[in-house]
Amino acid sequence: MAYSNKVVDHFNNPRNMGSFKKDEEGVGTGMVGAPECGDVMKLQIKVQNDTIVDAKFKTFGCGSAIASSSLATEWLKGKTIEEAQKIKNTDIVQELNLPPVKIHCSVLAEDAIKAALADYQKKSDTQPVDIK
Amino acid sequence: MKLPIFLDNHSTTPMDPQVLEAMLPYFVEKFGNAASRNHAFGWAAEEAVDQARKQIAKLIKADSKEIVFTSGATESDNLALKGVVEMYKEKGTHIITSSTEHRAVLDTAKSLEAKGLATVTYLPVDKYGMVNPQDVEKAITEKTILISVMLANNEIGTINPIAEIGKIAKAKGVLFHCDATQGVGKIPVDVQAMGIDLMSFSAHKIYGPKGVGALYVRKRNPRVRIVAQMDGGGHERGMRSGTLPVPLIVGFGKACELCEQEMTTETARLSKMRDRLQTDIMAALEESYLNGHPTNRLPGNLNISFAYVEGESLLMGMKDIALSSGSACTSATLEPSYVLRALGVGTELAHSSIRFGLGRFNTDEEIDYTIKKVIEIVTKLREMSPLYEMAKEGVDLKSVQWAAH
Repeated sequence: MAYSNKVVDHFNNPRNMGSFKKDEEGVGTGMVGAPECGDVMKLQIKVQNDTIVDAKFKTFGCGSAIASSSLATEWLKGKTIEEAQKIKNTDIVQELNLPPVKIHCSVLAEDAIKAALADYQKKSDTQPVDIK
Repeated sequence: MKLPIFLDNHSTTPMDPQVLEAMLPYFVEKFGNAASRNHAFGWAAEEAVDQARKQIAKLIKADSKEIVFTSGATESDNLALKGVVEMYKEKGTHIITSSTEHRAVLDTAKSLEAKGLATVTYLPVDKYGMVNPQDVEKAITEKTILISVMLANNEIGTINPIAEIGKIAKAKGVLFHCDATQGVGKIPVDVQAMGIDLMSFSAHKIYGPKGVGALYVRKRNPRVRIVAQMDGGGHERGMRSGTLPVPLIVGFGKACELCEQEMTTETARLSKMRDRLQTDIMAALEESYLNGHPTNRLPGNLNISFAYVEGESLLMGMKDIALSSGSACTSATLEPSYVLRALGVGTELAHSSIRFGLGRFNTDEEIDYTIKKVIEIVTKLREMSPLYEMAKEGVDLKSVQWAAH
């Protein structure tokens, strides 16, 4: 199967590959997929004042899965929580020109974004609120 | 050294230039139909086919009259299984085969089952991928007419105890078919000593042309009969109709002759390169696991799983080396290699497997390059793998509740 140039580029030069400490303030972590299925994505966001200031990923999976999560981190940076919620897997499919058999990679990336956002919101809800 | 490197010699092989040379006169100059009995064109073609039949028969210690030409091993497997089932249906309908056979055998067996023409026992294999001859013996019933077990596996290279199975088949009066596509020309094959009654193999796996194969059909002790699966001019003693592809057959013959001449030196050379590939890669990369039998396997085969990295991404990272993976992502199905699963390899490690297939034209320099590349890409992808990170942190990956999708 031939990969699109964009997939190859993300695979060879992954953007924002790495990890934040899970318990760091403002960090939300999403981990989706399963080793038996051949792909696991970990996507993390760092939020300040409701804006995603940084994002990182680590992915076990095929080239399209790696590219989807790499692209997701690029798109997340600079977005507000609300804007990030709107990223759809179909956007990823279009941007990376994924063939039908690889659509599940984009679905997984969307799930990872949603999971990271949910984790952040859960953590910030339980954090003590500063009283001014 | 030229890139890309071809290290996928189980899928196919480049044709030996000597094979091409032997074939060339039979396209334009000596183009006759081997079945034309009345003129020189036909005689020249027939003579060439006879010569090739002898070369092929010699390699497997058969009589040249026992070679039936087909389009390839898939057709040979189909002809053997369907032809025997149809011929011996009065005697019985039970077939015994193994779970790691090539799809050409497994899907033919399933098709016979689906049509209600046969019942099939699929024997398990041990952790190295070997069929236990005792399992074969125990599976035989009064209804059993055919045992079909492969010589060497196409993914893991494991060689089955064919002679022992042949002995059991003979003692029980059951026919024995062997899919020897990966083994013929690579390791010694003797249809007499191995007790084989029918055997499939093809030319393109042994540096010959694509589009031609053979089914060995025993003529004596016992005389095996099969029902042709194609109607026509009654070629190949009525077992396989269709005009013989003379140039391909000439190439097939030459390829067999070369294999016979080269086998001893080639085995030594390939084993040495393969062992070096294996040792150097596995010494440099922790948690890499050999799939298949450690010693009893094809000289050019190496199949390794690299924990925490996925097979297709490995292949993508080694674009200038042609390899194959047992990962589902490389194929149309979503299940990883059924062969590795049958050995008891976990799904996650099956997704992480790479098959190296060394052949006649690979060089030491190419192996050096491959070793370097594999180590580089596995290390890079592990850095990128959340599973590797968790394992390093001491998380037991089996204890994690994964959201399967």
